Amino acid sequence: MSPNKVQIEERTREIVAPWKNRQGGTIPVLQEVQKELGYLPEDALMVISRELKIPASELYGVATFYAQFHLKPRGRHIIRVCRGTACHVRGSLLIQEKIKNILQVEDNGTTEDLRFTLEPVACLGACGLAPVMMVDGETHGRLTPDKVMTIVESYE
Amino acid sequence: MSRTNSESFERIPLYSDLPFYRKQKRIALRNCGLINPDHIDEYIYREGYFALASALKSMAPEEVLAEVKTSGLRGRGGGGFPTGLKWEFCRKSPGNKKYVICNADEGDPGAFMDRSILEGDPHALIEGMILGAYAMGADEGYIYCRAEYPLAITRLGLAIAQCEEYGLLGDRIMDTDFSFNLHIKEGAGAFVCGEETALMASIEGERGMPRPRPPFPANKGLWGKPSNINNVETWANVPNIIRNGGSWYASIGTEKSKGTKVFALTGKINRTGLVEVPMGTTIREIVFEMGDGIIDGRGFKAVQIGGPSGGCLTEEHLDLPVDYESLTAAGAIMGSGGLVVMDEDTCMVDIARFFLEFTQRESCGKCVPCREGTKQMLLTLEKITSGKGAMKDLDTLEKLAVMVKEMSLCGLGQTAPNPVLTTLRYFRNEYEAHIRDKKCPAKACSALISFVIDKEKCRKCGLCAKNCPVSCIAGDRNTPYVVDQDRCIKCGTCIEVCPFQAVSKE
Repeated sequence: MSPNKVQIEERTREIVAPWKNRQGGTIPVLQEVQKELGYLPEDALMVISRELKIPASELYGVATFYAQFHLKPRGRHIIRVCRGTACHVRGSLLIQEKIKNILQVEDNGTTEDLRFTLEPVACLGACGLAPVMMVDGETHGRLTPDKVMTIVESYE
Repeated sequence: MSRTNSESFERIPLYSDLPFYRKQKRIALRNCGLINPDHIDEYIYREGYFALASALKSMAPEEVLAEVKTSGLRGRGGGGFPTGLKWEFCRKSPGNKKYVICNADEGDPGAFMDRSILEGDPHALIEGMILGAYAMGADEGYIYCRAEYPLAITRLGLAIAQCEEYGLLGDRIMDTDFSFNLHIKEGAGAFVCGEETALMASIEGERGMPRPRPPFPANKGLWGKPSNINNVETWANVPNIIRNGGSWYASIGTEKSKGTKVFALTGKINRTGLVEVPMGTTIREIVFEMGDGIIDGRGFKAVQIGGPSGGCLTEEHLDLPVDYESLTAAGAIMGSGGLVVMDEDTCMVDIARFFLEFTQRESCGKCVPCREGTKQMLLTLEKITSGKGAMKDLDTLEKLAVMVKEMSLCGLGQTAPNPVLTTLRYFRNEYEAHIRDKKCPAKACSALISFVIDKEKCRKCGLCAKNCPVSCIAGDRNTPYVVDQDRCIKCGTCIEVCPFQAVSKE
């Protein structure tokens, strides 16, 4: 069950509270809210803006500048396909295409049943295992297109 | 009863016998993989915090600084600026509130040495930072770590808590007048935050955009206070320098590049991993001895060094002793030390396009040369790799590259053209083949290749047709299968599934 407006605002206010009169709270607050809610709903951003006394436009600027922040709901499982150099030369584009094919989504897209979100990322820092993808916290390395199906299926 | 079988002992090689380790000299990585990073005691068993203890007990801050200057250590994040000098600027900068910052926003695709230190030996960098803070007179520090490294963040948090418990961080460290507090800041996924002024803006909660220098961070840094930023590998070298002396460190390496450098050896190579070698080691030793050469016995084509800011070097550079100066002269840079090996199946035009795609996406958009220049360069490269290029595009590309390099505000834009410039310099023939002959010599650019089934080799099993995601392969038990070139999306599935190697790229 996704939380309603009141619940979102209440929880956001709790997260902002310790940062109210301190410097540098914007990003940690956005991170914390996203950790709890999975994304940054507009209702939450409006609360942060009021509580931290930052114009909503500026907050929107920060939230859209960083790749980590999302303004739309995301899937239960996040598939991060590494598109770093080492993975690229070892065929990560094929892996990415294969996943798009299996899930029928575009890059940064979410499946209709909210099961998966596909996010190509610049580098996961596991170049020795290239090509690599990460599903939630788990890293899968030395991938081939035919291994991908089994891995994807193992996440409900 | 079992007895010692000397033969079974002899079968087990020593680390120092293994070709991967034989020529390595591990200073920054000395504990990685050998100690449990969750236990501060294990770091102390390995003489951890000895340097800090002796510095606080018997060295003045100036003396710590002098040792770092003597060592010749230079910034390992890419710039190669002398660390001691950078520290001195910050130390001499007036002000009673100063910050030291660790750049752990390892964003270069193909580099993972900082990750290894953060996860495998977090105390090494913490000790380095405490020593730096003592030398520069700072009382507060930040580690800016990318959010893509959750394990690193957990271990750093644990390490900091242990230090506080042992009295190595906090007020009156080791019962002296010196106090220092350390915090972790999680990055939020922006490559440009590896640039020091952008990184500080990000800590302050702003968009991570760089600003013009001067003023330099040493004078006006985080929250307007004098600040010093070094990267993880640089900090991790510091305790070793203080423990063994600056002149010990300076005895390793080449004339102008002292000590060791960690390289992340990856790509089309047999043994991938982190190698820490003295400066001046040749690329040949790294790629062919430690890395055991190219996979499947393919031919070596190039090595990409220094990430998106670096360049591609060729066969003729294999005997180049690697240091800051020699790499810059060859058109590459040391960068963070990513070393991606490429074989004859790698298209160099595609690699240039790949890096431009990355830098263009990560350009923060503040300055026009980088924002618009990288975009135009990328469009030109895409035109070439899709077979629509003209010879004059190469001149345009070169002109744009020089413009972006000279006029961009920060390091991102100033170095973004390097992959294009070096590939144009060393692999111009590949660009020309794409433009003039509409061919990709490495058979990597999908617009310029087609998948063809050899009629003689085809055994009519139908596996390719069954697996083709767009059903563009037709045939049956009696007729060899054929790919419909107009509908083919060039995914390569048919090559993979054909048990008879009847499919090939042309």
